Amino acid sequence: MENITQFTGALTINHYLFLSSVLFSIGVMGVLLRRNFIIIFMCVELMLNAVNILLAAFSRYNGNQSGQVFVFFIMVVAAAEVAVGLAILVMIFRNIRTTDINALKNLKW
Amino acid sequence: MEKFAWLIPALPLIGFLFSIFFGKKVSKTVVASVASVFVLIPFIITVAIFLPFISVAEAEAIRIPLLEWINIGKLTVNYSIQLDQLSLLMMLVITGVGFLIHVYSAGYMHDDPGFHRFFAYLNLFIFFMLVLVMGSNFLMLFIGWEGVGLCSYLLIGFWYKNMDYNKAANKAFIMNRIGDLGLLLGIFLIYLRFSSFEYSRIAYEAIDIAVGDPIITSITLLLFIGAIGKSAQLPLFTWLPDAMAGPTPVSALIHAATMVTAGVYLIIRTNILFTLAPFTQEIIMFVGLATALFAATIGLKQNDIKKVLAYSTVSQLGYMFFALGLGAYTAAYFHLFTHAFFKALLFLGSGSVIHAMGGEQDLRKMGGLRKALPITHATFLIGTIAIAGLPPLAGFFSKDQILASAYAHHPVLWIMGVLGALMTAFYMFRLYYLAFHGSFRGTHEQEHHLHESPKTMTVPLVILAVMSVIAGFVNVPEVLGGGHWLDNFFTPLLAGTTLILEENVHEHLSHTVEYILMGSSVLAVLAVIFYARIRYKNNGHVPAEDSEPMSFLERLLSKKYYVDELYDGIVSNPVVKGAGLLYNYIEVNFIDRIVNGVGQLVVLSSRTARFMQTGNVGFYIFAMVIGALVILAANTFLH
Repeated sequence: MENITQFTGALTINHYLFLSSVLFSIGVMGVLLRRNFIIIFMCVELMLNAVNILLAAFSRYNGNQSGQVFVFFIMVVAAAEVAVGLAILVMIFRNIRTTDINALKNLKW
Repeated sequence: MEKFAWLIPALPLIGFLFSIFFGKKVSKTVVASVASVFVLIPFIITVAIFLPFISVAEAEAIRIPLLEWINIGKLTVNYSIQLDQLSLLMMLVITGVGFLIHVYSAGYMHDDPGFHRFFAYLNLFIFFMLVLVMGSNFLMLFIGWEGVGLCSYLLIGFWYKNMDYNKAANKAFIMNRIGDLGLLLGIFLIYLRFSSFEYSRIAYEAIDIAVGDPIITSITLLLFIGAIGKSAQLPLFTWLPDAMAGPTPVSALIHAATMVTAGVYLIIRTNILFTLAPFTQEIIMFVGLATALFAATIGLKQNDIKKVLAYSTVSQLGYMFFALGLGAYTAAYFHLFTHAFFKALLFLGSGSVIHAMGGEQDLRKMGGLRKALPITHATFLIGTIAIAGLPPLAGFFSKDQILASAYAHHPVLWIMGVLGALMTAFYMFRLYYLAFHGSFRGTHEQEHHLHESPKTMTVPLVILAVMSVIAGFVNVPEVLGGGHWLDNFFTPLLAGTTLILEENVHEHLSHTVEYILMGSSVLAVLAVIFYARIRYKNNGHVPAEDSEPMSFLERLLSKKYYVDELYDGIVSNPVVKGAGLLYNYIEVNFIDRIVNGVGQLVVLSSRTARFMQTGNVGFYIFAMVIGALVILAANTFLH
């Protein structure tokens, strides 16, 4: 335990910032570039969790617990969102038999 | 009994609500009975209050506050009732004549699809008229004043599918509005001067004001403008003849017996203010006399049975204002009282004739109706004699009292008044002989259809005929052995006026002069009636068709002095033309272009912008991320 505490103590806020920026960017790029909607969905989760890390890190840095409470909220909302989102995706797949997001372009001008 | 006074206006209001909401669901008999009974009960209550009231000499006015209405700062106005000599007599006329006309309407309107609507409006009218006369302050009077105007509008335009009738209704409403503005300004000025709307307060404070006070003169002039509009005096009288577009019972109730007398009521109610303003009284006298003569001359050449009666009403109202201008308030009310009976009788009688003729109103198509309509004929004759002013019928006493006051003022005024009375006698007997004597001039079909009206219509006629005979006896002058009952009864009402005019009160004429005046006017009226009899009965003269050539004077009279055309020329047409100009140039060229331009801009821009909606999810997400980045950048760099 002590090792872990020592180890984390060596990490500065910059490390967390870097990690979460990288994760968030990966998420954004995934959403932008991939065409499989399940992957896009996973990338959205990635972005959410990148923010979670950041919130937890700042909470610790500032010695303020409310940031961590926020994380729980986000996790709860994300869980609900995943349930709804996946259900929608399953229904879309049943209808169009593909996971390609570009197939969904009927709603336009 | 006074504690039931609030029921008097409340019952007609309930009757109105009943007829308007449930009238279609129940039978016509129920509608007519409910509407009539809800006017009859107020009449009975009024009588029950009135009888103890007359047994006390110079009874004090009874004031009953009902509800608080306005209470802001120093201003307190209540819904409260004032029962005094004037309001009780008005209530008797309104509910009594009103009830008879309700009964009559049950027969007259029987086949009309708007039966329940008609009774609803009639009840609403009775409600507002009672509010007008029963209120103890000017604001309640104003509510009633506007309410009866509304009912008048609704009932003139009752047959709303006819565009001309709607125009007549609009004309009546708009002309009344001109007068109402005067009334409203007058009420404002009263508040400014007296800090109160209560009649009692104003009468109390007015006693100390000097005669000829400029503010009082302005107040009375403004109130008189209101009375001009409502009571159809020069120059705002043209709506009343057009108001004959409404069903005949309406003409009898609203445009002869009650509503048009509201102006007279207003002036008698504020008699103390008018006494303080001799200048206004002069104006009222001349306007009244001019109206009486002007309308009477028009009545000489009208061929529509209801139009003759309409101009006669304007002329008789002119008489009342003439009396008011002379300061003879009791005489004015006396004439209002008797006129309510015989004019309602004449209108209802003409309604019975129109009913029998299948809607025909032209005198030239009638004739010889006395055999087919015996009851209508007999009652109509009584009404005609009463309005012509032959003793001992009602019209004689009231008209004689006005003429006597005119003579006391100046003999020339008396001559003018008698002239008006002679014309009245002539056109009324002309109407009578044309309609009821001679041979029938209508179509064969109409002749076959002729019939006496049902009981619901003839019974009110008979009652009104009886009243037209006896109503005059409430104020028989001393020279004829009477006791001036009405004059004595009105003493408390005119107490302030008497106090101000202490020195002028006793200008009674000598008995000899009064006998000569009466005798000469009655003889002249008899001569005129005889002339009318020879011309229209013995010689069988029938007025010419409109298309035949007429002399200048005849044309002037039959065209009503072109007053309508004059008003169209100087008011209506410029307004309509101006509105047309505004529409054709300003509206079309500027306002429309701006408004349509904005609309077209939106259409054009959205037509271009909608292509951004590609349906490509990737693009949407991309746009979203770019947007988020832009906001982020803006947030960072703009601080």
